[in-house]
Amino acid sequence: MHIVDRRLNPKAKSLGNRQRFLRRAKAEIREAVRESLRKRKISDVEGGEDVRIRSKSLREPTFGLGREQGERDYVLPGNREFSPGDSIRKPESGKGGRGQKGSADGEGDDDFVFSLSRDEFLDIFFEDLQLPNMIKAKLKSVKSTEPVRAGFSTDGPPSRLNQVRTMRNSLARRIALRRPRQTEIDELEAEIARLEATGNTSPAQLTEMREKLRHLLHLRKIVAYIDPIDLKYNRMERRPKPKTQAVMFCLMDVSASMTEDLKELSKRFFMLLHLFLSRHYAEVDIVFIRHTTQAQEVDEDTFFRATETGGTVISSALEEMMNVVRDRYPVDDWNIYAAQASDGHNFDDDMDYAMNLLQTEILKICQYYAYIEVHSDEYLSPFQSVVWSGYDTIEGDHENFAMRRVSGPGEIYPVFRELFSPTEA
Amino acid sequence: MAANTGTRSSNKSGPLLYDGAEWDFALVNKTYEAIHAIGVGEMGLDIYPNQLEVIRSEQMLDAYASIGMPNMYRHWSFGKHFAREESAYRKGARALAYELVINSDPCINYIMEENTMTMQTLVMAHAAMGHNHFFKNNYLFQQWTDATAVLDYLTFAKEYVAECEEKHGIEAVEAVLDSAHALMNQGISRYPMQHKSVGDKREKQRKRREHAEADYSEIWRTLPRAEHPMPLLQDVAVEGEQEAESLKLPQENLLYFLEKHAPKLEEWQRELIRIVRMLAQYFYPQRQTKVMNEGCATFCHYEIMNRMFDLGQVNEGAMLEFMHSHSSVVFQPRFEDKFYSGINPYALGFAMMQDIQRMCTEPTEEDRNWFPDIAGNGDPLGTLKTAWAEFRDDSFILQYLSPKVMRDFRFFHIHDRSESPFMKVETIHNEIGYREVRRKLASQYDSSVTDPDIQVVSADLSGGRRLTLQHRARNGVLLDKKLCDRTLLHVAHLWGYRVKLLEVEHEGGDLLREHESLPMP
Repeated sequence: MHIVDRRLNPKAKSLGNRQRFLRRAKAEIREAVRESLRKRKISDVEGGEDVRIRSKSLREPTFGLGREQGERDYVLPGNREFSPGDSIRKPESGKGGRGQKGSADGEGDDDFVFSLSRDEFLDIFFEDLQLPNMIKAKLKSVKSTEPVRAGFSTDGPPSRLNQVRTMRNSLARRIALRRPRQTEIDELEAEIARLEATGNTSPAQLTEMREKLRHLLHLRKIVAYIDPIDLKYNRMERRPKPKTQAVMFCLMDVSASMTEDLKELSKRFFMLLHLFLSRHYAEVDIVFIRHTTQAQEVDEDTFFRATETGGTVISSALEEMMNVVRDRYPVDDWNIYAAQASDGHNFDDDMDYAMNLLQTEILKICQYYAYIEVHSDEYLSPFQSVVWSGYDTIEGDHENFAMRRVSGPGEIYPVFRELFSPTEA
Repeated sequence: MAANTGTRSSNKSGPLLYDGAEWDFALVNKTYEAIHAIGVGEMGLDIYPNQLEVIRSEQMLDAYASIGMPNMYRHWSFGKHFAREESAYRKGARALAYELVINSDPCINYIMEENTMTMQTLVMAHAAMGHNHFFKNNYLFQQWTDATAVLDYLTFAKEYVAECEEKHGIEAVEAVLDSAHALMNQGISRYPMQHKSVGDKREKQRKRREHAEADYSEIWRTLPRAEHPMPLLQDVAVEGEQEAESLKLPQENLLYFLEKHAPKLEEWQRELIRIVRMLAQYFYPQRQTKVMNEGCATFCHYEIMNRMFDLGQVNEGAMLEFMHSHSSVVFQPRFEDKFYSGINPYALGFAMMQDIQRMCTEPTEEDRNWFPDIAGNGDPLGTLKTAWAEFRDDSFILQYLSPKVMRDFRFFHIHDRSESPFMKVETIHNEIGYREVRRKLASQYDSSVTDPDIQVVSADLSGGRRLTLQHRARNGVLLDKKLCDRTLLHVAHLWGYRVKLLEVEHEGGDLLREHESLPMP
C-alpha cells in the first residue's frame, strides 16, 4: 500500500477558483468593502474582513421542486405520540416540509457571507485609491526585517562559509590527529632516495624508513585536510528593522459645510496616511483634532460623526496641534506627520495668522504636512478657495508640504506621491 | 451493540499496535496491514488497491470545495463553496470530515494530518475497506463508473478547460460551464445507453441526416412532388415524427441532448458540456447509494475495530475514543429535534446492516416470517455482500428494512397536502403500517421519484427551432418558479433559441403551467 504525504503540496490549490469567484462578485464585494471601511477605525484598515454580499452573479440555479402546490409524503423518525389518522398542524412557513428539503445551496436571495483575506481586502481598498503597483506592494509587505550576523553554525550555504573558522578547526584537528605535513614526507622521500642512491645503509634501515613513509602517506589519506566537521558558517538571523515612533495628526474642518460624503473622502485620506506610516514606524499614534471656530482634540468616533455649526478658523486647529505636540510629543522622540482636510473655507482675517503659524512653527517640526481640499463633484468651485489660494503661495517653499484638491478617492494618492517615492523613507 | 460486545474482551493475544494519539507513517502502515488482514483476510472484502494520502485541513477544504475530487477543473463556483466552507470552519460552525475517498483504482483515501492514531485506524477501516469494497462491487458503480479512468479523465478535463480559457477567454468558458452546471441533475442517463452497435447505427443515421440537411434547398420544396402528393398538415406531422426519431425524443438527458443537437454551439462548447455530463454521470451512483455506501463503510469499521480489540491490537482507551466518534456518526435526532436534518444515512445504513447480521445469526419469529430467505442462514457476511453488490438505496430499503429497525427508528409516514393547514399521519411503525412505511421510505430514496421528471419533447429543428421541455408533475408538485425561470435561461443560453417548459399532469398530461425563456442576445 502507498502512503503519500501531500501536506507539503502547494497551499491554496483552489486559488484559481478563488480569484474567479472574487472577480465574479467584484461589484458587490467592492461595495461591501466600502461599507466596512465606513465602519472601520483609521488604524484598522488592515486585517481580513467578513463581508456579506448579495449577488445575482453568484446564483447557481437548478430545476427544483416547489413547495406551493401538490401533495407530498414524508417518512420521519422519532414518533412518540402519533397514531394513524392524527392531524398535525403545519409549522409556520419556513420550517415547512422536512423530508426532501434540498439544501438551499446559495440559491435564492440569501446573503452570502465569507471572509476576505487581508491582502484581498487591501487590494480592493487600493484599487479605489488607484495606487501604483509599486506602492501597493510596499504597503502590503509585512514588517520588514534585515539579516544580522548571529554567531556561527555548522550548517549553511557555501556562500556563507566562514573560512577563518573552518581553517582554524581544520588546523586543530590535523595537529591533534598528527596528520603529517607535506614537508615531512618530502624530507623522508629525499632521505630514502639519497640512501638508495649512495647505498651506505643497511637494508633493514631502508625497509623501516620505507615503512614509515607508507605509514605517513596512509595517515595523510585517512586524516583529511578539511573534514566536514571543520566547516563553520556564518549564521544570519532576520531581525525586524529598528523603527521609531510617529504621531499623525488628523485635522478636519467639521463645520456644517462638510457633508458626510466629504468626511468619508477625508477618512480615506487619513487611512492611507496611517497605512503608510504604520509601515515605517513601529508605533503610530493618531491625534484627531476637529475645528470650527474653535479646535478640540476628540476621539475617532466624535471626529467623524458629530457635526458642529459655525464658521471656520483654521488657525485654531493649528494652535491646538502645537499644544498637543508640546504636551505629549517631544519633537526629538517623535516623527510628526499632519494631514489636514477641509472644504477650503476660512475666515479671511484668519488666513494670515494661520499661514504664519504653519510656516514658522508647524512645517519646521513636521516630516510631512498634507492638505486636501475635498469637494463633491457637483460644485467644483470655479475659483480657488480661501485656504487654497493661501496655501498655494507657500507650497513651493517647503518640500514637506503637499496639497491637493480631490473629489473622489482616486485622486487622493498624488498627495502622498513624495511620501511614497522610494527615495524617501 | 450490547449483545455483540458482551462476549468480547477475552482472548487477548497479539501485541498492541499503538498506544496514544501520535502517529507516523510506519505506524499507519503497520496498522493498515493489520486492518487489511482482518478486512480482506477474515471478512473477505474485495477491494481496489489502496493509496493513502495525508493532507492538512486546508487541503481538505480544497477537496470539499471541488466536490471531493482531486484535480478538478477551475470554476468560480468551487471558489464560492470554498469561501463558504472556510468561513463556517473558521468559526467552528462545522467540523471537517476525517476522511475523503475517491472511487478510483487505485482507491485514493485522504486522511487528515490532525487525526489521532485511533482516528486514522477508524478512517482506514471505514474508507479503505468499507467504501472501497462498495465501490468495487456495487452494480451501479460497475455499470456507470470506470474507476480506472476517472483520474485520467479529470486531468484531461482540467487541461481542456484551461486550454479553452486561454483560447476563448475565461468568461466564455464560464458561461458554458455555468449553464451546464445548472443542468447537471438533468445530465444523467438513468438507463444504460444502447449498445455500441445500435449507437453507431444511430450516429450513421444522424450523419446521413446532417448531410441531407446540408444539401437541402428551400427552392425544391415549392416544387410539386409527384411521388408524394401529401397534404401539408400530414407532411408536418410526419416531419415531426421523423425528427423525434432522429433526435431520439423524448430525451431525459438534457445535457446529452444539448451537447449533440444544440444548433449554435461550437465544438469546444460541446466538449465542455460533455465534461460536465460525464461528471454528473460519475456521481449518479453515489447519489443513489448514500445509505448503503455509508452503511457498508460504518459496518466495516465497526466490525474491524472490534476485531482489532479482540486481537489485542488496540487498547481500551482507543476503543473508547472510537466508540465516542462512532456513536456520534450514527446518531439519529428525532424529527422535532433542532439538529434534525433528514434521516442520517450512516445511522439507517448501519442499523439495517447490523440488523441483517442479527437476522442471519439470531433470528426471531418475526424475522422468519418477514425474511424467510435470510433468517438464520448463518452467513451474515455473505448475505451483506450480496446486498452491497446488487442493490441501491431504494431497493435495499424495500428489500431489507425489517419491522425491528422501523420500530427502533420509530418511523411514521405523514401525508401533506399543500392547501391544507394540517398534515395527516397515515401509517406508523405497527403491524398494519410496516409495509406502507417501508414502501414510502424507499420511494423517498428513489431518485426517479424525488428528482423532477423533465424531458425534451420537441426541438422543431426544421422550423423556428423552439425547444420544448416537459415537466411531468407528480402529485401536482410543480417546479419552484423562481429557480425554474433562472435555470431555463441557462437552457436557452445553450440551445441558442427560444425555450419553452410545459408542466403537465403526470398521468393525464393536462397542462398546468408554462414557462418560457429567450437566450440573452
